[in-house]
Amino acid sequence: MRNVWIICRKELRSYFVSPIAYILLAMFAIVFGFFFWNVVGYFVYMGIEGQMRGEMFPLNVNEQVIRPLVSNVSVIGLFLIPIITMRLFAEEKRTGTIELLVTSPVRDAEVILGKWLAALLLYAGMLVLTAFNFIWLFKYGNPDWKPLAVAYLGLLLQAGMLLAIGTFISTLTRNQIIAGALTFGVCLLLWVLEWVSGYETATWARVLAYLSVLTHFESFGKGLLTVKDAVFYVSAIFFGLFLTARSLESLRWRS
Amino acid sequence: MIAVQELTKRYARNTAVDHISFAVQRGQIVGFLGPNGAGKTTTMRMLTCFLPPTSGTATVAGFDVLEHPLEVKRRIGYLPETPPLYLEMRATEYLTFVGSLKGLRGAELSNRVNFVLDRCAISDVKEKVLGKLSKGYRQRVGLAQAIIHNPDVLILDEPTAGLDPKQINETRDLIKSLAGDHTIILSTHILPEVEQTCEQVIIINKGKLVATDSVHNLQDRARGAGSVLIEVAARTGPLDLAVAKSRLEQVSGVTRVLARESRENLGVFEVEAHNDRAIRGDLARAIVQAGWDLNEMRTAAVSLEEVFLQLTGAEHQPAAADETGLPAHAPAATEAQEPAS
Repeated sequence: MRNVWIICRKELRSYFVSPIAYILLAMFAIVFGFFFWNVVGYFVYMGIEGQMRGEMFPLNVNEQVIRPLVSNVSVIGLFLIPIITMRLFAEEKRTGTIELLVTSPVRDAEVILGKWLAALLLYAGMLVLTAFNFIWLFKYGNPDWKPLAVAYLGLLLQAGMLLAIGTFISTLTRNQIIAGALTFGVCLLLWVLEWVSGYETATWARVLAYLSVLTHFESFGKGLLTVKDAVFYVSAIFFGLFLTARSLESLRWRS
Repeated sequence: MIAVQELTKRYARNTAVDHISFAVQRGQIVGFLGPNGAGKTTTMRMLTCFLPPTSGTATVAGFDVLEHPLEVKRRIGYLPETPPLYLEMRATEYLTFVGSLKGLRGAELSNRVNFVLDRCAISDVKEKVLGKLSKGYRQRVGLAQAIIHNPDVLILDEPTAGLDPKQINETRDLIKSLAGDHTIILSTHILPEVEQTCEQVIIINKGKLVATDSVHNLQDRARGAGSVLIEVAARTGPLDLAVAKSRLEQVSGVTRVLARESRENLGVFEVEAHNDRAIRGDLARAIVQAGWDLNEMRTAAVSLEEVFLQLTGAEHQPAAADETGLPAHAPAATEAQEPAS
């Protein structure tokens, strides 16, 4: 466990020594800020509109502000996750430092876990940034914090899964661009697989829809903590990290 | 300290290492010698648990590389061909990271970091970003990284490759000074390096073990009988090589005389004898009595390079040696070797 933390700290440090972390955080903050401004603006507009027409329009901050914002966060994540994971192993393979890691008295699992954890912490750092926006909602509105917490847990789990897949893909190549592009493609596919359920109900369509990250986010987004969706994400994380371990091992047989 | 038995690494199309066996005693400096592509790096990677062997066994300090990789890794310091540096890190930061990865903690960790900074003479760059260091410094940081946990065994893959002559000397001296505390295996394709740094030498070629012996023994083995180089000059007019040669052959104890070089009034001969020390006086007397001058007489030094060429069965190139009467220096020879490998 100690080794996991050593690796994780080193990864976090290299995110923050290079401009990567700052660029990601800044990009995320700007894009999320825009979404926030947009959604809140629309909400306020609807409120005023309703009052002027004299309609009792049911307004709910959780449903009409937080929920769309949370799904926006998961969309932004789709773009940023490949950038977070692409360097994890590809860079070590290109510079040869992988030889240091693999010949040090640490287990492969510890290396993989440390790197994945660092990626997840960087992603969590982005989520923390959204607090600066949400603070205002709590100051001027009265939203329920529990659905928000559940939705954030869902975001973390979802990102954990995609980050694990990205970590795996990063072991396949020594080229970061290839790793990033592949990860983006796979994440996007896992995202849109859900669409088949719109017109098809056959078993294959249900399997595809089940594999989609979107399917399992639905209830999290509503603020409902469902065990089966959490189990899906957690097992997907394990599967991704397991593939990473296999791939890292096979490096030695192939190289 | 290291025992290798019938170690083999096969890939889909070729066999990189083919049934190699050798043993290294504690405290020894062993040179792992062979042309590029001979299987040096592959063998080292198997010893460091980076690659699993296809068959055969290797043990380091009594631990098998396949069965107890963590124990082996704890006892090995490894410097790959390109030092495994995180170029965005500072030297101290990097060494601290590697040290903690190798299991050092707290005060011991910072003590060791300071120790290796000092030992490898990199204290002056300890706060510099590794990416900005020169090649020589990077190599030394690489060495510092390898010795940080004070391992029993050091495995260095071409530690002087790509350095300039001054850096090469510094690195060699550093490695030699480390010999007392660690058992060292270093690979190289440069022969003088082995002659200068190592006690034992393991020669491999095309994945096969060619020879393993002490540097002295290998030199002796190649030399066979001792030989003397002499330069003879005629006092007046040109020197008749044939006459001079037959005169030298008459000296008792001489087994063979080779005319190595001739210029107008002087000739260089290589004289072989069972005991070259004993015949020197007779040779000198014979030359002087024949009315010639004896300009020079010295032992014909045999370099490891010749041994190497003999052992690996590569074509001997006497032309290079004849030019100067000296053995050709290594770089030329290694270049000649490369296409063959």
